[in-house]
Amino acid sequence: MLSRTADHLYWLARYTERAENLARLLDVSYQMSLLPQSIASQNENWRAILALNSLEDAFAEVYDEVNVENVLHFMVSDPANPSSIQSCLRAARENAHAVRGTLTAEMWESVNATWLELRQQQFDHILARGISEFFDWVKLRSALIRGVTFGTMLRDDALHFIRLGGLLERGDNTARILDMQYHVLRQNGDEAATDFYRWSALLRSVSAFQVYRKVYSEAITPARVAELLILRMDMPRSLHACADGIVRMLQLIANSVSAETERQAGVLHARLHFARIDDVLAGGLHAYLSDFMDRIYDLGDGISRDFLVAA
Amino acid sequence: MTVNFYNEMVDAEGNLRSHYRAFADWLASMPTERLARKRAEADTAFHRVGITFAVYGEEAGTERLIPFDIIPRIIPAGEWQALQAGLWQRVTALNAFLNDIYHAQEILRAGFIPSEQVLRNPQFRPEMIGVDVPSGIYAHVAGVDIVRAGGGDSYVLEDNLRVPSGVSYMIEDRKMMMRLFPELFSRHKIAPVQHYPDMLLENLRTVAPKGVGDPTVVLLTPGAYNSAYFEHTFLAQQMGVELVEGRDLFVRDDTVYMRTTQGPQRVDVIYRRLDDDFLDPLAFNKDSMLGVPGLLSAYRAGRVTLANAIGTGVADDKSIYPYVPEMIRFYLGETPLLNNVPTWILRRPDDLAYVLAHLPELVVKEVHGAGGYGMLVGPAASKSEIDDFRARILAAPDKYIAQPTLALSNCPTFVDAGIAPRHLDLRPFVLSGKGIGMVPGGLTRVALRAGSLVVNSSQGGGTKDTWVLESENA
Repeated sequence: MLSRTADHLYWLARYTERAENLARLLDVSYQMSLLPQSIASQNENWRAILALNSLEDAFAEVYDEVNVENVLHFMVSDPANPSSIQSCLRAARENAHAVRGTLTAEMWESVNATWLELRQQQFDHILARGISEFFDWVKLRSALIRGVTFGTMLRDDALHFIRLGGLLERGDNTARILDMQYHVLRQNGDEAATDFYRWSALLRSVSAFQVYRKVYSEAITPARVAELLILRMDMPRSLHACADGIVRMLQLIANSVSAETERQAGVLHARLHFARIDDVLAGGLHAYLSDFMDRIYDLGDGISRDFLVAA
Repeated sequence: MTVNFYNEMVDAEGNLRSHYRAFADWLASMPTERLARKRAEADTAFHRVGITFAVYGEEAGTERLIPFDIIPRIIPAGEWQALQAGLWQRVTALNAFLNDIYHAQEILRAGFIPSEQVLRNPQFRPEMIGVDVPSGIYAHVAGVDIVRAGGGDSYVLEDNLRVPSGVSYMIEDRKMMMRLFPELFSRHKIAPVQHYPDMLLENLRTVAPKGVGDPTVVLLTPGAYNSAYFEHTFLAQQMGVELVEGRDLFVRDDTVYMRTTQGPQRVDVIYRRLDDDFLDPLAFNKDSMLGVPGLLSAYRAGRVTLANAIGTGVADDKSIYPYVPEMIRFYLGETPLLNNVPTWILRRPDDLAYVLAHLPELVVKEVHGAGGYGMLVGPAASKSEIDDFRARILAAPDKYIAQPTLALSNCPTFVDAGIAPRHLDLRPFVLSGKGIGMVPGGLTRVALRAGSLVVNSSQGGGTKDTWVLESENA
């Protein structure tokens, strides 16, 4: 297929997945902010969200103060923030528009209708109706787009590039969410009672609360949560599952110059496949996740070079 | 001046024309609220599917719906057959003319058309002289605008031979009518139009360069901000061909390739929806970011087919239009079946004097303008607009032609005030390759403002489904 078409499909998937994960992250942060705590530590939490996306400076240009409402507005509806949910869904729609002939009619309509609906929602109304309802809507639209994609598209390279983009983004985003929450929890993780709520909120943010209960019989512990989200291959949002999918997609789209990118993906996958959570934690989770995100970034670079801007 | 308009549905005595009888019965039985509801349903569906066009001069990326009218324009079988024969004749002659002026130039040497009119025309492309194109076809897709005047006779208003658009609306309008009013399609025998993309693809495949067994066809678009982008994606998808932009293609050793995820892939036929000037920055507009460097060279070497060919603009130019009947007589030895609109050529002093004295009655058009931009409709213009145009004509008379204001026929149309007559035209699409063909009908454009004679979508025009009946009355 055309490299440019592949590029648009890949970014359509990345932006859609990013919007969904942003909704998940903001939702869990919002839920946590409702737990009893000092205003200072609450705002620390919101500051961490900005830091996670390297957006502190951009935020400071527009807002005086880091607080719930400002950060939510900035991350949900601000068109000036290229990483806001609105900007992501807009970018997804623009990428879809550029290749709408490659998409099935249902797919284009679900992406386009998502954008049209979003555009009609004022931030004030979103807040008034309850922000969680909005996050649920974003997750549902993303699920709808994914479902329509799987349910209607031919199993050819177009679909493979969409899946590749989605997996890469999801792996990165899960690592980010985990990194941030782990960090916050370690910082003020003294009261076991609120800890339970925090860990379960984190699990819920990646739809893993019930999964945890199913997989582990023991109480929620940080090590087990990390294991579930990093190493479990059967957990669809885990780093391992994402790496596994990336390797498979790369095999399907391989060309004459992509061997090195495939090798790197293979290495990443092997490191997750054969890892033990104790070793991961012993070396420091933050370092581990940072390394993972760097490798994902390099993979994105390689994919772009080998397939998307090919000569 | 009293003007008599031809009404497509009702004759001069107020009787229904027979081909509208069954439809009129149905329409009479429809409450206005139901029609309004159906129209709203159509608007929503068009928006959701994204059948929109971008408007030049407005904020970048502005997308608008082309208003769709739910009352169809109906053409009886016999009338269509006559029209089709005339269109085939005309497009055949236009292709012969293009082949001639880029080769032997016999029509010029025979003195039927003044040489300088052709050779000094900015649309004439000297790069094309002596270049042989497959089957001698230049205008693979022609969109010929037809209007019906007061007396009921049809006239050709323009031959669009460069990158005519609108065919996607023809197909989408039909789809919409079938969805909104399926019952109408069991009451009438309406010739189908949805196979147009298949015909187009087959036509493009027949003009592939010699020796290419299974040609790769692509559609070249200027990109997502072009006013007709929806149509480009629509046709590429319906034909199952890649929709490419200039940056997706490159030329090596006079061969055109597209950049794919599996490396370069050869391209044989380019259905291009990009004007000549932007095709190749090495040969034409060097600032073009939309074209493909080296494309002209590959084309001249016969390694790729462009549809339409480069240089077709010289045949649909408004200064050449008055000579089309001559072409038909010269190349085919036939009497023209379709009428030309009488045209004053303002480069001629007598014509200029007449036109300047009659501006309020006439339509004046820029020779190289298109899309309803840069024209004066005398009867609808204010005094200052006319004075302004007079000055523009005097400054460069050879840039303009003038025609009588045609009393464009009208057809009942569902507007805000209810059902009222509105003026319309018809753009049938003629496909030429190894053979010639078309789907019955075309795109009917309707001027939605009361009294307006300008049907262009950029000027507030809408569209109607066009029915060619397969038997005389129903």
